[in-house]
Amino acid sequence: MSLQVENLTVYYQTLRGDVRALESATFSVEDGEIMGLAGESGCGKTTLANSLIFLTPPMRFVEGLVELDNEELPVWDAERMNDFRFKKISIIPQYAMNAMNPTRKIGKMTSELLESRKVDFKTTLPELKRRLDLVELSHDVLNMYPIELSGGMKQRMVMVLSTLMNPSLLIADEITSALDVASQKAVAEMLVEFRSRECCNSVIVISHDLSILYQIADTILIMYAGQLAEKASTEVIIHSPRHPYTKLLISSLPKVGVKYAEKRLIAIPGSPPLLLDPPVGCRFRERCPVAFEKCPEEPPFLEIEKGHFVACWKVFEENA
Amino acid sequence: MRRYFGRKLLIYILTFFLAVTIDWLIPRFMPGNPVQTMLSRMQLHAEAVEVMYGYYTRAFGLDLPIWQQYLNFWNALFHGDLGISVYLFPQPVIKVIMRAVPYDVFLLLPAILLSWLAGNWFGAFAARTKWLDNTILPVGYILTATPYMWLGILLAWVFGIVLGVFPIAGAYSFALRPHLSWTFIRSVLHHWFLPFASLFMVGFGGWAIGMRNMIIYELEADYSHYLESLGAPRSLVRKYAFRNAMLPQLTGLALQLGVIVAGAVVTEVVFSYPGIGYLLLQAIQNQDYFLIQGCFLFIIIGVLLANFAIDIAIVLVDPRTRRGMTGEAV
Amino acid sequence: MMQLKKRSEILYFALRNNKLKVGLAVLLFFVVLTLVGPLFTDYAPYDYIGPIAQPPSSEFWFGTTTFGQDVYTQFVLGLRATFLVGIVGGGLGTLIGIVVGFTAGYRGGIVDEMLNMLTNIVLVIPTLAILLIIAAYLTVRGILVESIFIGCTAWPWAARAIRAQTFSLRSREFVDLARMSGMKPWKIIFTQIAPNMMSYLLLVFILQFGGAVLAAATLDFIGLGPTNAVSLGLMMNYAVLWGALIFGVWWWFVPPGLAIMAIVGALYVTNVGLDEVFNPKLREM
Repeated sequence: MSLQVENLTVYYQTLRGDVRALESATFSVEDGEIMGLAGESGCGKTTLANSLIFLTPPMRFVEGLVELDNEELPVWDAERMNDFRFKKISIIPQYAMNAMNPTRKIGKMTSELLESRKVDFKTTLPELKRRLDLVELSHDVLNMYPIELSGGMKQRMVMVLSTLMNPSLLIADEITSALDVASQKAVAEMLVEFRSRECCNSVIVISHDLSILYQIADTILIMYAGQLAEKASTEVIIHSPRHPYTKLLISSLPKVGVKYAEKRLIAIPGSPPLLLDPPVGCRFRERCPVAFEKCPEEPPFLEIEKGHFVACWKVFEENA
Repeated sequence: MRRYFGRKLLIYILTFFLAVTIDWLIPRFMPGNPVQTMLSRMQLHAEAVEVMYGYYTRAFGLDLPIWQQYLNFWNALFHGDLGISVYLFPQPVIKVIMRAVPYDVFLLLPAILLSWLAGNWFGAFAARTKWLDNTILPVGYILTATPYMWLGILLAWVFGIVLGVFPIAGAYSFALRPHLSWTFIRSVLHHWFLPFASLFMVGFGGWAIGMRNMIIYELEADYSHYLESLGAPRSLVRKYAFRNAMLPQLTGLALQLGVIVAGAVVTEVVFSYPGIGYLLLQAIQNQDYFLIQGCFLFIIIGVLLANFAIDIAIVLVDPRTRRGMTGEAV
Repeated sequence: MMQLKKRSEILYFALRNNKLKVGLAVLLFFVVLTLVGPLFTDYAPYDYIGPIAQPPSSEFWFGTTTFGQDVYTQFVLGLRATFLVGIVGGGLGTLIGIVVGFTAGYRGGIVDEMLNMLTNIVLVIPTLAILLIIAAYLTVRGILVESIFIGCTAWPWAARAIRAQTFSLRSREFVDLARMSGMKPWKIIFTQIAPNMMSYLLLVFILQFGGAVLAAATLDFIGLGPTNAVSLGLMMNYAVLWGALIFGVWWWFVPPGLAIMAIVGALYVTNVGLDEVFNPKLREM
């Protein structure tokens, strides 16, 4: 059971033209793999997540093939995708704090959601309660309104809801961004626990916070300006990245316990290109320290060694 | 919930107090003397005027110190005594008004309720499809921008005069006296329809637009997106959106009551429909101060009661209020 | 740099917004009519200058009333009164609303509670009833006085809306920054919060304008409008009073009501259009 994505291209339609938010994404997520998806704001992480589960206007499907458990996901057809949502593929959204109807008791909302998806609430209730115990939420929350819960509690409730049907693929979009550090740890650990108890199979964890990903992800996929840059196991990405962007990204992170009194933090000069009319080829080349003549041609996302994918001509050259 | 109602009750009591005070104050601080005006209409002999002046001033308590007049007013109020009408002398004001109240209720209650319900329903409907939206929306804007009186005049002219289908004056045919029979009931309904339609249409436009905007807002909310991401059917998402959009619409209804009262008054004037609005106008034209005061009081009471009813409805629709989370829109 | 970019961006969207264009076009038409219209007539509104109850003709563009007065003259002069009431009444209502709303929203606490209570009380009282009573006792009334009354009773709407906006802006970072740097509250309101609310205040004023026009029409229609002036509401009042309905003198009551509907409708549409221009989320794709 796994996710296979080939050449997924999704644009945003705007008044001024198409914003090329996701360009030819090709990657896969194995059975039981927790893949971190990282990159700067606006690099396309959420676009990628949404195109897998909720591709609606203004997003426009251009081309691509998505297979989950060897079954094609009709991501371009919002209607047909309904059969897969919640049961095969699910999402913990970025706005989890506001994800529940404020005027409905949580238990009532859950039962209505389940019934509408042809799932019997009564038979699911014991499992629901067990999941609540798992995330350390009292059963009383089912009788409360969302406003009565704290931010962290709402987050955990949404986690329980989204994984209730044991989806094959779970997408967790910035689930720790709005929390304090202690809660971040708790939530991250719960995610791993979910995976071990098979509440979900594979997970894509979106975060701009590499330190969280370092803790829980098996592999990390780095994106830049709508293109995939590098994918490898967490160890390799953090300690021996090959893509110039990943290298600069990692080195720009402050390290705990190190003072920067003498040495300044290295930032990557420049800013990401606007995706309304992006540069041809590798979109990082304008800021890349090792760019050369081949870069205006779009580099493919190739496996340079087992489980290590890079899209960079320089890296191919070095390997050859 | 206690806190919610407690606060509301306080506001209503204060409002009532303030309104009654204004009601009592204005005649006494405006130019002119009510007794004088009254007497001048009676065309009395010069000496008689003086005697009558003294008599009426004492009868209306106008010779007492101000604070005592004020207290007397409240006292009389609680006894249901609103004074004697000048214009319809010697009928007591309260009797005159009570005759008019049923017509107002008969006209306003259906008009307000139906326009609100129908408007909300259509507005929610319009938010579904693009072409519905493009037809209902302009109609709604046009209707809500139409002055009440003008729509009344138009309806009266088109259906009453040109087409001659409906009558345009009175609450029932002048040839009839109120009695229980089909003829009478038919006549009442016949006379009721145009003023009702006028009030209904303007209100309908406003609610439809408001609901359409609220529904779109709710459909774009995070919780709607979450439900859709989890594959919930449109019907569930729409049900939640509708429920949540009702709340500001209810609050809006309470806020619109003043406008609706104004609309009712002019509509009654156009159709000579004998409600409190029409009565108020006649009182003003005839400078019958006691009748004016009485009508004003009744209008205030009606508005406060309506507000209270809406507050109860809000508690029913928004379960959060029962928990003490006021959930009020600012 | 950011200011410039923002202004040109707003202009870009403003020029493309259909609702805005239509609404402003209609309003402009009426403004021009108000200014230029009276030049085409030599009559005074209440002069008896022509045959009774004539339908519109080349001589009397809008026909004559049941008294033989020129409807066109009444109409264009009535428009003037309408716009005056709208601006003065709407402006006053907005002004009071700003003072009350800003103060309540910015100060918070007990000041807010009291102002809120005041606003709620004035809101509940049906304004027409108060206006009726006041106007009934004043034997001589002018347009200005009417506008002031309307403004004094219409402000609660504006106050509420402005208070809500002030609340949300007050807790933004740049205001905290200003407060921490020791800026006086006055200055904070005028230099930090107000500029960000300019667009919102404009929207509030537009709605107040429309409301004032409708309120004036209502008052005039009942006969409590200005005693010696012309207004669109008064035209309708006289029309109904003097049998225009029964005699089918439709050219007397249709134009004024139509004008009010068009002006108020245009104001609403302009309001929606402006809202879309200022608020990126509402712009249609």
